[in-house]
Amino acid sequence: MKRRSCLLLLMLVFGLILSACGDPTATAPAAATTAAPATTTAATTAAPAATTTAVATTAAPAATTTVAATPLPTAPVAKASGLSGTVNWWHITTGDPGKAVWQSMADAYMKANPGVKINITILENDAFKTKLTTVMQSGSPPDLFQSWGGGVMAEYARAGLLKDISGDLKGSWGDSFNKAPLEVYAADGKYYGAPWDMGAVGFWYNKALFAKAGITTPPATWTEFLTDVKKLQAAGITPISLGEKDKWPGHFYWVYLATRIGGKAAFDKAYAQTGTFADPSYVQAGQKLKELVDLKPFQSGFLGLTYNDQAAAMGEGKAAMELMGQWAPSVEKDQSSNKQGQGENLGFFPFPMVEGGAGDKDDIMGGGNGIAVGKNASPAAVDFLKYLTSLESQKLFGQLSLALPVVKGSESAVANPQQLQIQTSVNKAKYYQLYYDQYLPPAIASVIVDQVQGLIAGSASPEAVAKAVQESAASELKK
Amino acid sequence: MQLSSETKIKSVAQPAQRRRKYAKLLTILLFLAPAAVIYIYFVIFPVVQSIYYSLYKWNGLGPITNFIGLDNYTKALGDKTFTTALSHNLLIAVLSIFIQLPLSLMLALLVARHMPGRSIFRMIFFLPYVLSDVTTGVIWSFVYKPEGGLINSAISSLNLGEPQAWLGNTDLALFAVFVVMCWKYFGFHLILYVAGLQQIPADLEEAAKIDGASTLQVLRHITIPLLGSTIRISIFLSILGSLQYFDLIWVMTNGGPVGASETMATYMIKNGFQRFQLGYGSAVGVILFSLCFIFSIAYQRVVLRRDLAGSGALT
Repeated sequence: MKRRSCLLLLMLVFGLILSACGDPTATAPAAATTAAPATTTAATTAAPAATTTAVATTAAPAATTTVAATPLPTAPVAKASGLSGTVNWWHITTGDPGKAVWQSMADAYMKANPGVKINITILENDAFKTKLTTVMQSGSPPDLFQSWGGGVMAEYARAGLLKDISGDLKGSWGDSFNKAPLEVYAADGKYYGAPWDMGAVGFWYNKALFAKAGITTPPATWTEFLTDVKKLQAAGITPISLGEKDKWPGHFYWVYLATRIGGKAAFDKAYAQTGTFADPSYVQAGQKLKELVDLKPFQSGFLGLTYNDQAAAMGEGKAAMELMGQWAPSVEKDQSSNKQGQGENLGFFPFPMVEGGAGDKDDIMGGGNGIAVGKNASPAAVDFLKYLTSLESQKLFGQLSLALPVVKGSESAVANPQQLQIQTSVNKAKYYQLYYDQYLPPAIASVIVDQVQGLIAGSASPEAVAKAVQESAASELKK
Repeated sequence: MQLSSETKIKSVAQPAQRRRKYAKLLTILLFLAPAAVIYIYFVIFPVVQSIYYSLYKWNGLGPITNFIGLDNYTKALGDKTFTTALSHNLLIAVLSIFIQLPLSLMLALLVARHMPGRSIFRMIFFLPYVLSDVTTGVIWSFVYKPEGGLINSAISSLNLGEPQAWLGNTDLALFAVFVVMCWKYFGFHLILYVAGLQQIPADLEEAAKIDGASTLQVLRHITIPLLGSTIRISIFLSILGSLQYFDLIWVMTNGGPVGASETMATYMIKNGFQRFQLGYGSAVGVILFSLCFIFSIAYQRVVLRRDLAGSGALT
């Protein structure tokens, strides 16, 4: 009798433990952004985490419409270069068709160059960051690896861990890129990597909800924007979706306001420390943001919600808009409970202009993806990188909606209308600002996202935010 | 004559004794060596390394060159976020001692008795401890979700009050996480107390009952005093755990919102590792280590003195 009840109990226990594992699709996105014991740099660089999980896990849904209809296009033929050697390549595209496309490109290159062996290591975003940090600290980086450029890449470059490819980029290869994306992979005047994707951050909005609130055209100025927020609230709709637990989604507002108010000039001055991050334009950016926050436009409990929750709210039509990058539609679709997202109902409008601001209304803030070159890379690795960023390869990526290509002439391959809209904005921009949390050294980036979270939560004043950022900048930027 | 033979025997006996002593020592060292090497390499050495790193400004990459002495320490102790984190740790420790431990004790008293299904109850109470911290954090994040989460749905459908943003509210976040900590660890303390209770001879309680003592009196005068050493160990582990606490907070709130649930360990990871400031992070780590170490030694010498007397641990 006792033995049987013990057995029953054991089965009950196992059942309970297994049920704790739960639905993998439900917990995986949460785990991706919140299972951070293994994460090291996730908090401030989660913007790219979203970018890459989007490209990685949700490029699949975005592209299934094209892939299901037609078989995967073959990778372009590579040129024989006569080089040989081993190339160790780490990338983070864990989902198909991106993963398959990268592999097919490596295979095509190896076919044309039998002397070259390409070893691909695929890692999930946060695992990649942890592993890369460890490997960097031991001084033996991989030959080619995923990079978002900016301050983090610059840290590696200054520690002598990256290969300077400025010489290789002189000439036709370097000229093939659009200038702004390539600059993201430069540090102290030298180039250490090449981009393959560059997008922008802007407002994604639910057309039906806007119509319901009586908004006929998206706002072009900050005043119109605030009015629209109030209209949405009057119609009983949550105006803005924000997952501020992750901190980086909120910092987009501050950076864009600063870009509109102070423009390139203000940022250059602050970065060079000839001006400061406590200058009037930055304080005003905080004040404008406070105006928005005081209207209480976000969903309830937003301070405890992650970016995935933000995307889910948009995907399920529970909020009217979000300020997010080019990956937003696919993440919204992936995070929504019916995996459909808003589809055609989703529109895009650029960040409104702030009246009287010194910035240009076309200035863009955003980021993308690229590949950096490790210090031990052979010439074969650099040649392979040339192939990966060639016009045909980039066109393939644009076609499959896996990236917004950065090579001149590849724009024609982008078919998706929303992505095309972003691409046009990027090309139109005279000034491209990489999101602060990637561009600036990690220490300052961390302070910015923390402080802006405080401002949005109502515990930090605009002046205090600017001051704290300046203090951190002063100690980090005085090299 | 006798004297010389005695001395002769003595002088022959001494070297043999000494050899045996050395042989014994050698055997001990030989068996200790592997464990000692591992302990020194993985515990002692990293602590020493941390102290070394904490004296430099270093971003974790490249050579360590920028010696700044104790600047990292003054910066940490002067940082409001760090002192707030420390206060949160102390708050968790106090709440644990006054809420979690009495709860475990009460349930232990219930479960230690001969009641039907007591082994099933013990298993159920211990189950949360078996779950990993990350799994627990993720599950409870869903429970605490402002829209659609278990708690808020229950509150709104049963009309118990206002649904709150539990993890998104700066005032509630730390307490919300504390509830989960209680849920997770009370089973561990419960098992400790059950073991302790089983060591109390039943005759004592029976004798007291026969003499007319009420249950409460038995509890106050017999059970709890005899449970004393277990309670002291339980408090010790609880405080140490609270000082170092990281896992659940990292998964559920990441120290937020706006540092409302920050602890020293989350502060250390954020400011050291994520901001590429390993020197500063090491300094925070050393401060945390020192606090735990000093507390450990002080507690053992003062509170656990009687419990450890005779075990050779206090010499």
